[in-house]
Amino acid sequence: MSEPEILPPAGALDSKEAGAGAGGPKAPWKTDNEANGSQLMREIVSGNAMISVLAVLVALVIGGVLIAVTDERVVTAFGYFFSDPGATFGAIWAAISDAYGALWRGATYDPGSRTWQGRLGIFETLTFATPLILSGLAVTLAFRVGLFNIGAQGQIILGATFAGVVGFMMELPPGIHLAAVVLAGALGGALWGGIAGFLKAKTGAHEVIVTIMLNYIAISLVLYLLKNQLRDPSSSNPISPRMHESAMFPLLLGPNYRVHAGLILAVAAVFVVSWLLNRSTLGFEYRAIGANPRAARTAGMLVSRGYITVMLISGGLAGLAGVTQLAGTEKILDSDVAGSIGFDAITVALLGRSKPWGTFFAALLFGAFKAGGTSMAVNADVSIDIVAVVQSLIVLFIAAPPLVRSMFRIKEVRREGVPA
Amino acid sequence: MKKLLLDTVKRGAIVGTVAVSALALLLTSCGEAPPAPGGGGTEKAAAADFLGCIVSDSGGFDDQSFNQSSYEGMKMAVKDLGIKMKEAQSASTADFVPNLNQMASAGCNLTVTVGFLLAEATAAAAKDNPDLHYAIIDDDTIKADNVKPVVYDTAQAAFMAGYVAASVSKTGKVGTFGGINIPTVTIFMDGFAEGVKYFNEKQGKDVKLLGWDSAKQQGSFANTFEIIQEGTKITNNLISEGADVVMPVAGPLGKGAGDAILAANKGGKDVKLVWVDSDGFLTAPTYKSILLTSVIKTMGQAVESIVKDDVDGKFDPTPYVGTLDNGGVALAPFHDLDSAVSADTKSQLEEIKAGIIDGSIKVESKSSPK
Repeated sequence: MSEPEILPPAGALDSKEAGAGAGGPKAPWKTDNEANGSQLMREIVSGNAMISVLAVLVALVIGGVLIAVTDERVVTAFGYFFSDPGATFGAIWAAISDAYGALWRGATYDPGSRTWQGRLGIFETLTFATPLILSGLAVTLAFRVGLFNIGAQGQIILGATFAGVVGFMMELPPGIHLAAVVLAGALGGALWGGIAGFLKAKTGAHEVIVTIMLNYIAISLVLYLLKNQLRDPSSSNPISPRMHESAMFPLLLGPNYRVHAGLILAVAAVFVVSWLLNRSTLGFEYRAIGANPRAARTAGMLVSRGYITVMLISGGLAGLAGVTQLAGTEKILDSDVAGSIGFDAITVALLGRSKPWGTFFAALLFGAFKAGGTSMAVNADVSIDIVAVVQSLIVLFIAAPPLVRSMFRIKEVRREGVPA
Repeated sequence: MKKLLLDTVKRGAIVGTVAVSALALLLTSCGEAPPAPGGGGTEKAAAADFLGCIVSDSGGFDDQSFNQSSYEGMKMAVKDLGIKMKEAQSASTADFVPNLNQMASAGCNLTVTVGFLLAEATAAAAKDNPDLHYAIIDDDTIKADNVKPVVYDTAQAAFMAGYVAASVSKTGKVGTFGGINIPTVTIFMDGFAEGVKYFNEKQGKDVKLLGWDSAKQQGSFANTFEIIQEGTKITNNLISEGADVVMPVAGPLGKGAGDAILAANKGGKDVKLVWVDSDGFLTAPTYKSILLTSVIKTMGQAVESIVKDDVDGKFDPTPYVGTLDNGGVALAPFHDLDSAVSADTKSQLEEIKAGIIDGSIKVESKSSPK
């Protein structure tokens, strides 16, 4: 794949020692390719907040261009551009301000709505952000150890499934029931993440491949269970019975708004992960492994144990995201319970620069995109796919510079001179 | 990941659309400015204030299946009745409630929700907004004064398709497969199986059905409605096992099946295709030459007529059940393959249709609406 002579010195060194493997048997397939990959990851996650903000702004501007050129009024006005150029600019302004106006109102406050839910979209934003915070943290944590957890999707599904088994099949006293649901969900996610961590640590199997495959297994597994053991007996469709009320997160603001106590769990998780990474011994090990697994091993750290525990915790966090979906908003388990949360989580973690609080704010932004996107689609008649385009552009702008360098093996120019 | 890939493709399509429309803009930008708007014409009074809304399930309005037909029904209502319309596509289950909230927030008089997955969200929205009307496609679990369930006894039309498929088969084997093993899919396969069985009984033949076992409710499934190539794969398997009529019940995967059949026929086989949901002769003309018939669910008409009733103040929550009798389900004409079906078979099909309508022929499916 790559040519060692044009690799930066650090990469070349890595490649020589790659045979040492990751705490397990010899892993000859780990060539300089992987060293390159981890360097790419370091670059992606270590950028500063300004790049994130700029990425969002530029993505919104490009989104605005797309909205304008696909708007009927603009197309019509452009038909007579040379006889009345003002009309075109007016139409462009109308198209973009209608769309982003609806997006903003839908995500925050819309005085014109005829229902209470519609008026205060900010609570919808928080509702959508809740599982994104938790699953974003899951991806963030794995990133810091140098692992790409692409499997948040599967871990969410397993978390929701475990939570569902406790939530609609068991009768427990209030309070204890919800606690059991939360624990079961974390366990389900941790199990699914742990498999990937275990395989990575013991056999060197690449976590990207394993977690992607586990996503497929998770979706097939939940569909199988929904058609058999977990199916609502009163329905012929593959959906579960409703969660018991005692297994649900209480609503924070009464029945008019969907925002629920899962949000508190999510915010608590931000504090915990932040403490874990920055203040605990385990977090120090994680960061050391993420920076350089070989150096960490030389320093006496158990890299394989790090991989397993971080994937357990990461999976557990994603599992909690599944819990907040099921016990917070959805109430009924179906095979689509994870939606696109597991993949959005990757974007959220990238945008948040793999920092717990960064992830929190990125999740809020994506929650706002979700809440406002619906309003934009309905009220401004702009395809909700525009939101998807904006989200994708954000990833592109954040990941692109290091990605492009890595793809074309261009050395990063360092002003301080040649690296040692 | 499937979803991710699909989204990427969708995004690609958007970028393509943008490029094309930008080009079109450039080419047409030399026209004249229109005169300032004058007084508007007379509008259709009541209908113009009527807001009809539609929320898709995760298939989207371009699924070439029930979302699309329902959407077209709403579009027809806009065109024919002059109502206003709002639409929202759901990317996943989590979007159902927000989408329905938006519709209520916008004050939709009638909101059509497409698919059984929306049942929970629709029931909740209907409860919260007793002054608004709802109609749900392919689900009859909601009992409320402001919700009209729309379901189809598809097995009736599929029965006729099974009969005609068995009658034209030369290999003595016909095949079917589904997208996902869910009732709205398997009801086609049940009916098809019953039709084949009925043909065998009446004609003393032994035509075998591959890909579905009604008794066990198990068969060939692609486990996706998105990856078209899976349809090609399964169809190739069915053909190599000897099937010479194939009915895919898997939305867009029908195209994969059509491609497999076109390729097999080039290699000397003589395989025919049975389309579902819409008349494939009109919606998938690529496969005209191999298209035996289609099992049609007329959702567009049902949606339009529900909107019309509501505009006229005649909304009622009794479930609409599409049958052969009321034309809600039907067997499409044979079109180009008309000569492949014998005159005897055609007259027997008429008898079968009459028999199903008057109840003398029973079509059994576990998935039929009760």
